[in-house]
Amino acid sequence: MTEVTGTPFLPPTRAEYCVIACAEAWRDAGEILASPMGLIPPVGARLARLTFSPELLLTDGEAMLVRPDGTTEGWLPYRQHLALVTGGRRHVMMGASQIDRYGNQNISCIGDWERPKRQLLGVRGAPVNTLNNPTSYWIPRHSRRVFVEKVDLVCGVGYDHAGGARYHRIPRVVSDLGVFDFATPDHAMRLASLHPGVTLKQVREATAFDLVVPDDVPPTRDPTADELRLIREVIDPANTRAREVGA
Amino acid sequence: MTADQVVSRLHSGMTLGIGGWGSRRKPMALVRALLRSDVTDLTVVSYGGPDVGMLAAAGRIRKLVAPFATLDSIPLEPHFRAARERGAFDMMEVDEAMFMWGLHAAANRLPFLPVRAGIGSDVMRVNPGLRTVTSPYDDGETFVAMPALRLDAALVHVNRADRLGNGQYLGPDPYFDDLFCEAADAAYVSCERVVDTAELTKDAAPQSLLIKRHTVTGVVEAPNGAHFTSCAPDYGRDEAFQKTYATTPWPQFAARFLGGDEQAYRSAVGEGS
Repeated sequence: MTEVTGTPFLPPTRAEYCVIACAEAWRDAGEILASPMGLIPPVGARLARLTFSPELLLTDGEAMLVRPDGTTEGWLPYRQHLALVTGGRRHVMMGASQIDRYGNQNISCIGDWERPKRQLLGVRGAPVNTLNNPTSYWIPRHSRRVFVEKVDLVCGVGYDHAGGARYHRIPRVVSDLGVFDFATPDHAMRLASLHPGVTLKQVREATAFDLVVPDDVPPTRDPTADELRLIREVIDPANTRAREVGA
Repeated sequence: MTADQVVSRLHSGMTLGIGGWGSRRKPMALVRALLRSDVTDLTVVSYGGPDVGMLAAAGRIRKLVAPFATLDSIPLEPHFRAARERGAFDMMEVDEAMFMWGLHAAANRLPFLPVRAGIGSDVMRVNPGLRTVTSPYDDGETFVAMPALRLDAALVHVNRADRLGNGQYLGPDPYFDDLFCEAADAAYVSCERVVDTAELTKDAAPQSLLIKRHTVTGVVEAPNGAHFTSCAPDYGRDEAFQKTYATTPWPQFAARFLGGDEQAYRSAVGEGS
């Protein structure tokens, strides 16, 4: 049992709801590698590791597997990381410059690939990730520029392109407005929860395709007092989360 | 060897593999020497960082084989980006794992290796030459047949090496430097310090001996040879200089830092910081 003492907590911020929504991606994941990208997903992964998913493996962002206190417990250079991906014992949360209704993701370029209007990162590991281990996405600024009708280049494979591939799964998409999944008959993106303070209208206006919206959309769950303490005092005392999602 | 001697063995039109990853342990002294030469029209094979950016900015790349180009702490490589946006070179854009298995295939003298990656993605659309292969066993699954990424030459940078070409990394990640050497007809290893063979394992475990001499053609002692990328544990990335690189127009950057030899580069860097 955890006893909360000291000054009363301020209510959760939007960034902290995002942390919770990311952490939930790794609930009941078992002894697998959590690969979070960006700023908020790593806070979420560490929160999951410290609370409801203690078996998770985490990296230091380079070649080491580390415990939450920073103690090295393993070695995972890039080539072993890429091999681990194909073994499937991993759940990655990637970013997306564009994502569409079936979960196709683009991080390579905007415009025609032959001569892009804006060159971005390149496909990176999105093709191998999406065919081999669960791949979720984190989008810190939900907008029509990101949630598009059709991505310019399919890097991460969506449900309409996956052809029922054996290990293809996109468990969730988390944005600063809500949580989305593909639990629909044709795997079209569905609104799974709204972060408190966000309206359905806001989400619809910031999405360039028709979202599936159930009759009852629950709010993203509140963090517990213990989770808030861990986020604020243990995992992210420097408040990096606020740099990604402001008040 | 010297870096310039290495470059004298490279020719325009070659397929050149470059080790490291992003802005980490890139053989930058060798790349700088390459930029001093007139070798051009290259097919560059790289987990891209500023090596790709500089060669692209200088117009030396005919075709790039890469899954990305990045400066890590600066996510988008500005010169790679500009070159792509002006259609400066052809590209074989493949996934990180496809790239790795392409190197493995080359190192193992195989024409291809099957990979569960690429199918369903636009990697197949933008590389119409990629073929698939169906498992001959009961599962019948279809894979990408990733072609061998055979290299005419490879350039890599490690922490220590002996004169014979035994190369040692002392940082946390070998990246794929041994594979680049094995996949190449000629491999050139630059290092922070050339040491006697016996010294390699005096204070370091034998598994740090990443690169074997039978895969190496020449060794170059190049202190700070990965600058401004990282070369742990000898030094970290020079973030301030990397920012200068990323924000200075290329002609100005090249004139200020790349006009002379490696010593001139070092003093220009010293003056700039």
